[in-house]
Amino acid sequence: MLYRENGQFKTSYRADQQMLPILQDRMFMGLLLAFVFVGAPFVFSDYFFLSILIPFLILSLAALGLNLLVGYCGQISIGHAAFMSVGAYAAYNLVLRVPQLNFLVVLVLAGLIAALVGLLFGIPSLRIRGLYLAVATLAAQFFMDWTFARVKWFTNYASSGSVSTATIDLFGFPINSPVRKYLFLAAVVTVFAVLAKNLVRSHLGRAWMAMRDMDVAAEVIGIRPVYAKLTAFGVSSFYVGVAGALWGFVHLGSWEPLAFNITLSLNLLFMIIIGGMGSILGSFFGAFFIVALPILLNRAPDWLGIDMSTAMVSHLESMIFGALIIFFLIVEPQGLARLWAIGKEKLRLWPFPH
Amino acid sequence: MGGGLSNGKSIGDVVLDLQDISLAFGGVRALQGVTFDVREHEIRAIIGPNGAGKSSMLNVINGVYHPQQGTVSYLGAKRHDVNTHEAAVQGIARTFQNIALFKGMSVLDNIMTGRNLRMKSGLLAQAFRLPSAEREELQHREAVEQVIDFLEIQAYRKTPVGRLPYGLQKRVDLARALAMEPKLLLLDEPMAGMNVEEKQDMCRFILDVNDQFGTTIVLIEHDMGVVMDISDRVIVLDYGRKIGDGTPEQVRGNQAVIDAYLGVSH
Amino acid sequence: MKRNRNLIILFAALLAGLIAPLVTGASGAGFYTEVLLGGLMAGVLYSLVALGFVLIFKASGVFNFAQGAMVLFAALSVARMAEKMPLWAAMLLAVVIMVALAFVIERLVLRPLVNQDPVVLLMATLGVTYFVDGFGQTVWGSDIYEIDLGIAKEPVMILGQLFEGGILINKDDVAATAAAALLVILLALFFQKTKTGRALRAVADDHLAAQSIGIPLNRIWVIVWSLAGIVALVAGVVWGAKLGVQFSISQVALKALPVVILGGFTSIPGAIIGGLIIGVGEKMAEVFLGPVMVKAFDLAGGGIENWFAYVLALLFLLVLPEGLFGEKHIDRV
Repeated sequence: MLYRENGQFKTSYRADQQMLPILQDRMFMGLLLAFVFVGAPFVFSDYFFLSILIPFLILSLAALGLNLLVGYCGQISIGHAAFMSVGAYAAYNLVLRVPQLNFLVVLVLAGLIAALVGLLFGIPSLRIRGLYLAVATLAAQFFMDWTFARVKWFTNYASSGSVSTATIDLFGFPINSPVRKYLFLAAVVTVFAVLAKNLVRSHLGRAWMAMRDMDVAAEVIGIRPVYAKLTAFGVSSFYVGVAGALWGFVHLGSWEPLAFNITLSLNLLFMIIIGGMGSILGSFFGAFFIVALPILLNRAPDWLGIDMSTAMVSHLESMIFGALIIFFLIVEPQGLARLWAIGKEKLRLWPFPH
Repeated sequence: MGGGLSNGKSIGDVVLDLQDISLAFGGVRALQGVTFDVREHEIRAIIGPNGAGKSSMLNVINGVYHPQQGTVSYLGAKRHDVNTHEAAVQGIARTFQNIALFKGMSVLDNIMTGRNLRMKSGLLAQAFRLPSAEREELQHREAVEQVIDFLEIQAYRKTPVGRLPYGLQKRVDLARALAMEPKLLLLDEPMAGMNVEEKQDMCRFILDVNDQFGTTIVLIEHDMGVVMDISDRVIVLDYGRKIGDGTPEQVRGNQAVIDAYLGVSH
Repeated sequence: MKRNRNLIILFAALLAGLIAPLVTGASGAGFYTEVLLGGLMAGVLYSLVALGFVLIFKASGVFNFAQGAMVLFAALSVARMAEKMPLWAAMLLAVVIMVALAFVIERLVLRPLVNQDPVVLLMATLGVTYFVDGFGQTVWGSDIYEIDLGIAKEPVMILGQLFEGGILINKDDVAATAAAALLVILLALFFQKTKTGRALRAVADDHLAAQSIGIPLNRIWVIVWSLAGIVALVAGVVWGAKLGVQFSISQVALKALPVVILGGFTSIPGAIIGGLIIGVGEKMAEVFLGPVMVKAFDLAGGGIENWFAYVLALLFLLVLPEGLFGEKHIDRV
């Protein structure tokens, strides 16, 4: 009875086209944001920030970026961590070589550079599709892995090939504690999520989805495949590049070559499969799931009083991920986001069964 | 209802002229030297048995296929191997034999894609939802709402198209094409698989589109009753060749057409 | 035809790259031949993995990302079981295991996902990859294991009269190549001469038509995945004997993907030729192009063989989207 839209009449198309047309959704979002920015810093421990919320927020952003390409535009990529690495190394070099730049500017520039590289590797998508494209994106993965491991300039000639970053300084305000890092990330991710939501409900987003659902028909009604696909690759890589820069600077602090390897790419893909392809909310669900599950699994043997080696735990984790992917593809291809929607549907009717 | 001409509408000049079109896929000849024209404001039907090359004909008109031989003139200008996007820009819209809706999107969003060609706001304007982008979105939403009203699908705006029954999906397919405000509308079996009632509705919509918006229509249809009722002129294809062309009455009396349909030993 | 022209250009480019080290004097003929043979040997392994991949794609339309995981799993099974029993028994048992795996995959993954979009099936095989990798290492362990085929590993010198110093070649490499060649011949015979083989080809041509004339699709899938499992087993044993059985096999086997891009997803000869091109290409690139690049760009070491195959496949795709032996696709509306 609490969640229903009866009586909420829209008197203009503008009102009907709001981001959240239902009053209860707006209230829920307001409460959620209030908790994220005001409540959470008082509630959670440093450990929770560092090992769950910070990686969760950054990976949400990356998953969101990948979702724009795969979930909305229907172009598969199994090499998206490559664009994260481009963002991370671009940010590293910008900070190193132009120290006076504000970090927000660095983030945007790193995203743009990643977008350029993403466009480059997106060009094959104009001639090939589906499975062929999957292999083309693997080329991006292995080529970028190699580039950052071998080309010394990118790592500033560090003998070990690993790089480390200084604390981010934002307008004289250092982002150095777990809470500050969390708040900074929460703000960045909120802004980017809103921008993404705006894009997918505009004509560009509809062009992407049209390409995904039926590319020949999309072309026939005048959508340019070149424009739709390349913007999807560009915007997606931009998001993922920004996430990569944040992953390097805020989460890792210092990283070695191959920190952005194919395993990370596959994990991003798993996030959107489990969370929900073609859903912005789903990107968050999926990222949380993939961040939280290994932590839970690592703890579980202790709780259950079973003695298990870390290697064994990681094999189990791999098996569970694999099984879950198959499970979701078969049972709920639209992922956790769909379960959420079903829950809302039920709530709308509650307490009546129909 | 009766013949189109009896509504008192005025058929104009030739808008689309196809001369000696031949199309082959490897060894399969889909079209062989087909010539015909379409006049402004008319309803032009293409009929013929299965595999006669009807859909190929539509695909040539809107640039999906490029004929190996022959010329296509549209609005008085010769066209050379346009792609589908260029055809759309020139005001050619179509519906599909096997409904080709965007099944992951709502009815409203599907129809809104028909306006994409006219929407100009840039990527950043859309991302930040600048007032200009918002205004553009609303303006096109209004145009789409008119199409929705016209085709009487108000109740399904927010429904994912995949959940609609077949007949309504066909209507949304038509709505999407209409949202483009086309000069030339190609309908590939708009009534296939419909029951009598749905067919009557669809006939009414097609005639109304033709009448109210003055849209020129080329349609493929199997139901002879429908074809004879609503079309102004009919072209008959068989094995990729044209075997008849004229008003419904002329075609009905054409011996070659009767043979093709009833089957005769050659 | 444009396609033929592109083919000629591609082959000219490949050939130019192939003979460049000789023509420019970057290498003596003896060393060059050694590198060439080394590339061919690696190529045979890629071909083997790619072969399993093509089998599955032909019959079930599944882009099997898990082929590499299957190679690892098979190799692990043989290596660990051979510690307790003779090699032949271990291999026989491993065949049983691979067939069982095919059953499980057909029942739990393929059947529920029948008629899904190819990309969804690809993602499902990503799940299979993770599961099989995790499962294999849980059951068999995750160290480096040996497979001893009983063939001496010392190199022999051949063609001593032709080149100064002769050419060094490993006996086990020769054995591996022979095994691979034998497998390919057996598969070809199976497809051409047996009833099941003909049914498989029918399914590959048209699922629905095959089903309608009474070919049981589910059984065909089990057979094909079993065959792919056995091919993976051979690849795994050969590979494991050469380099040791370890997790990295699963990733190296990913290079079968660029191989099938080159050869076309549905072509068995394509898989073999593609494998050889990739094998030779990346070895040549590593040995001859690598040092040049290291010097020119001041790199911290070569390693271009890590990506060469993929980038080569990518360039191939841009020129020949259907692969060497693929079929042209016509859009129907």
